[in-house]
Amino acid sequence: MARSVTTRRKAINTVIAWGIGLLIFFPILWTILTSFKTEATAIADPPVFLFFDWTLENYSVVQERSDYMRFLWNSVIIAGGSTLLGIIIAVPAAWSMAFVPSRRTKDILLWMLSTKMLPAVGVLYPIYLIFIELGLLDTRIGLTIVLMLINLPIIVWMLYTYFREIPGEILEAARMDGATLREEILYVLTPMAVPGIASTILLNFILAWNEAFWTLNLTAAKAAPLTAFIASYSSPEGLFYAKLSAASTMAIAPILILGWFSQKQLVRGLTFGAVK
Amino acid sequence: MATQHSRSAARLMMAPAVILLLGWMLVPLTMTLYFSFKRYLPLRGGDQGWVGFENYVRFVTSSAFWPSVQATLIIVGGVLLITVIFGVLLALLLDQPMWGQGIVRILVIAPFFVMPTVSALVWKNMFMDPVNGLLAHLLEFVGLTPVEWLSQAPMTSIIMIVSWQWLPFATLILLTAIQSLDSEQLEAAEMDGAPPLARFGFIILPHLARAITIVVLIQTIFLLAIFAEIFVTTQGSFGTRTLTYLIYQRVLESQNVGLGSAGGIYAVILANIIALFLMRIVGKNLDA
Amino acid sequence: MHLRTALCAASALALVAGTAAAQTTVTIATVNNGDMIRMQGLTDDFTAQNPDIELEWVTLEENVLRQRVTQDIATKGGQFDVLTIGMYETPIWAAQDWLVPLDDLGADYDADDILPAMRAGLSYNDTLYAAPFYGESSMVMYRTDLMEAAGLEMPDAPTWEFIGEAARAMTDKDNEIYGICLRGKAGWGENMAFITTVANSFGARWFDENWTPQLDSPEWNEAVNFYYNLMQDAGPPGASTNGFNENLALFQQGKCGMWIDATVAASFVTNPSDSTVADKVGFALAPDTGKGKRANWLWAWALAVPAGSDATDAAKKFIAWATSKEYLALVAENEGWANVPPGSRTSLYENPEYAQVPFAQMTLDSINAADPNNPTVDPVPYVGIQYVAIPEWAGIGTLAGQEFSAMLAGQQTPDEALEKAQALVTDEMEAAGY
Repeated sequence: MARSVTTRRKAINTVIAWGIGLLIFFPILWTILTSFKTEATAIADPPVFLFFDWTLENYSVVQERSDYMRFLWNSVIIAGGSTLLGIIIAVPAAWSMAFVPSRRTKDILLWMLSTKMLPAVGVLYPIYLIFIELGLLDTRIGLTIVLMLINLPIIVWMLYTYFREIPGEILEAARMDGATLREEILYVLTPMAVPGIASTILLNFILAWNEAFWTLNLTAAKAAPLTAFIASYSSPEGLFYAKLSAASTMAIAPILILGWFSQKQLVRGLTFGAVK
Repeated sequence: MATQHSRSAARLMMAPAVILLLGWMLVPLTMTLYFSFKRYLPLRGGDQGWVGFENYVRFVTSSAFWPSVQATLIIVGGVLLITVIFGVLLALLLDQPMWGQGIVRILVIAPFFVMPTVSALVWKNMFMDPVNGLLAHLLEFVGLTPVEWLSQAPMTSIIMIVSWQWLPFATLILLTAIQSLDSEQLEAAEMDGAPPLARFGFIILPHLARAITIVVLIQTIFLLAIFAEIFVTTQGSFGTRTLTYLIYQRVLESQNVGLGSAGGIYAVILANIIALFLMRIVGKNLDA
Repeated sequence: MHLRTALCAASALALVAGTAAAQTTVTIATVNNGDMIRMQGLTDDFTAQNPDIELEWVTLEENVLRQRVTQDIATKGGQFDVLTIGMYETPIWAAQDWLVPLDDLGADYDADDILPAMRAGLSYNDTLYAAPFYGESSMVMYRTDLMEAAGLEMPDAPTWEFIGEAARAMTDKDNEIYGICLRGKAGWGENMAFITTVANSFGARWFDENWTPQLDSPEWNEAVNFYYNLMQDAGPPGASTNGFNENLALFQQGKCGMWIDATVAASFVTNPSDSTVADKVGFALAPDTGKGKRANWLWAWALAVPAGSDATDAAKKFIAWATSKEYLALVAENEGWANVPPGSRTSLYENPEYAQVPFAQMTLDSINAADPNNPTVDPVPYVGIQYVAIPEWAGIGTLAGQEFSAMLAGQQTPDEALEKAQALVTDEMEAAGY
């Protein structure tokens, strides 16, 4: 009896949740579908959903116009590099905040977050001048550094919240056993924080991948990532929905796939200390 | 002794992050301050001397200033409201038993992986276009006149697009928070005959307070800076010119670096007012 | 052993570095329109002739391109060796010594063959600073079948009165046929380009000889009201967000009776593979009101070399190739005469094969009818037809454009839009020190 009630409820939940899920996902699905249509089918009235002649033509047109792999590779390097660099710098900082807190720890943390509020457009001119001076324009290393700095506060904060959940006694015990600080971080703390670090890496990889202001404004031909790739498809002449969709699909596919495969990791760690 | 030692070690370990961020904040800020007191027009030969507070006065007395502050607050507020309310509802729903929960969760978080530029382009062209957009076809199908989204409901449209991108983030954080809720407590309340609404209001919502503040804080940081969504869709027309966009127009379109820099300083001030306000709340919550 | 390996590696590296040094890399910033994309596809011809030059492309959407290129040149960033710029930027940047003079593009380049109007617009102090890749004016494109159905006949040189009448007669909103599609999307290069030409033909001007903004004049009022009423009666929905591309798509789908826009659009709307109305398009000069100026503009997308480029010679070689007669012939050979970038060279219009292209003559006539040095009925202190060649224009045009766009969206009346635009323009001009 009770079982049938739960089954019914479960069925209702399922229907509603799937409905909403598909609704939210629909724009992405529609983009992917449109990328396989011809330009004429893409604007057909009434719109066609699944039953059309699928074509790969848009992808070959896009690939012919711009070397996708080069943009993709730049995106991977820049997003990956900035995330790893950020983690390397943030782990010690987060450790000391979590385990050797002082009166000012919270202030420092909040100050770090506040640096993210500097409006990028307002400081583009100064940063551009500095980049010229240092020869960093259109280099992957330049962008890696900028994106690392932009995301560093978030990384520190996320790591801090994970580290804080690790009971201090374990570290005490390790220290008693004569572990040095380095060993303590490397062999005791890090393994325990792996889920947290993983989701920090994922989140920041996504943020860096999608960053569209600096990546567009500080690059030209050599270091341009996928955000610049998409900027050449936004409004060409004539009908372009299908080609735009193909380019969009190419730009988001890698991160979408990564996100889907790692969503369990991401979800588990994405708490920002909200859960006690 | 050990404490002393670990304290100085801690300081040392924090140093790289702090110094880097300090540099990242101070160097551009100082240069922006410098420019903001100059008449600096790159297209007219660059530096044309000091002008005191002229740029600040001009920026704030321009007829575009207050509307832009208002537009910023409406967009940030609107998106926060939508993502938090629907985020809570979605999180509650996703917490229920169902078939294919993993897949639904994937569907719901997908928009978070989409670049802002791409999402703005897709929404603008393929959904909101009044002639060829899918929403126009849909409205026509049910016998209504298509809405000219970006010109007639520009704020709503932008809030919709941005909310779509950030809803997954809010949902995820809130979902993890709900899942950590002690189910015994809820069951006990249910046994006592507390109606669902009361259970939500007295048990779930207080439990979520912390997660909600964090969603609000992080999203505000990102939302104050939204640019691509406006650049791609309305280019600041129809009252969607946010403070960020106004600065962009000053610096890059008018090529008036001095005036734009003064605007940048105002934006920093606005951001810090909001930040202060937020951090007092969050700070309180972080203690708990 | 180790030493030898190391030496080998070092010399190999040196070898690689050596070949790399012999190669000159030219970074080209360009806009993502059809003709430029086509050029990218044809560059094998250039690299075959110049194996020592390697081309790198930065293809961006127009607004992003403008922002990137301006930012880079204003800060002397040196990211690009070839810039794609317009007629507006060229004299302003040349005056700042930011561009390399292009008066020496080689003996067989034949600079005198460049259409005089284009040459004048892309020169500063009589020196060419940007070579036209293609040039355009604006004209009326209309659907011959719809015009006939409305019982009207398009003259070669229509008046605004006729255009208004025809647009209203052709409109059939139930069947999604809109009599006229015009630009409404805010931007100095979008709606303000068009509205400024309308204003010119109604006898209005941006500034008087003392640089006082004139948007409060009766001529502006008449022009803007005409535009507004026409779009209310016969324009497509969402016109306030339609720019060149949006209108092109609408026209190609057969939803517009008339479209007044860039002459380059003619080759797109008559191309059967993209356009559903390819065989039903007629052309006419841009309209007037009998005051002596027609509503047609003059524009060129041109290639320029920024001062300080480390590959100036290679960049010039590339520009000479891309804007040469030979390039036009190359496109004709590969893609047909209709797809040749128009409006840059006299010889193209003297070519009997090109003369058979249906829009060739009307394009040339429109270009010849445009005079950037005398754009208005009353005298003005500025150069430029659909723009004002001062550094502040981009900002002014976009701010004013947003007011007119909001007007089209029904958020304000023409009078309010003009009043606000006048105030904004006055502000900007004061800030610039006029």
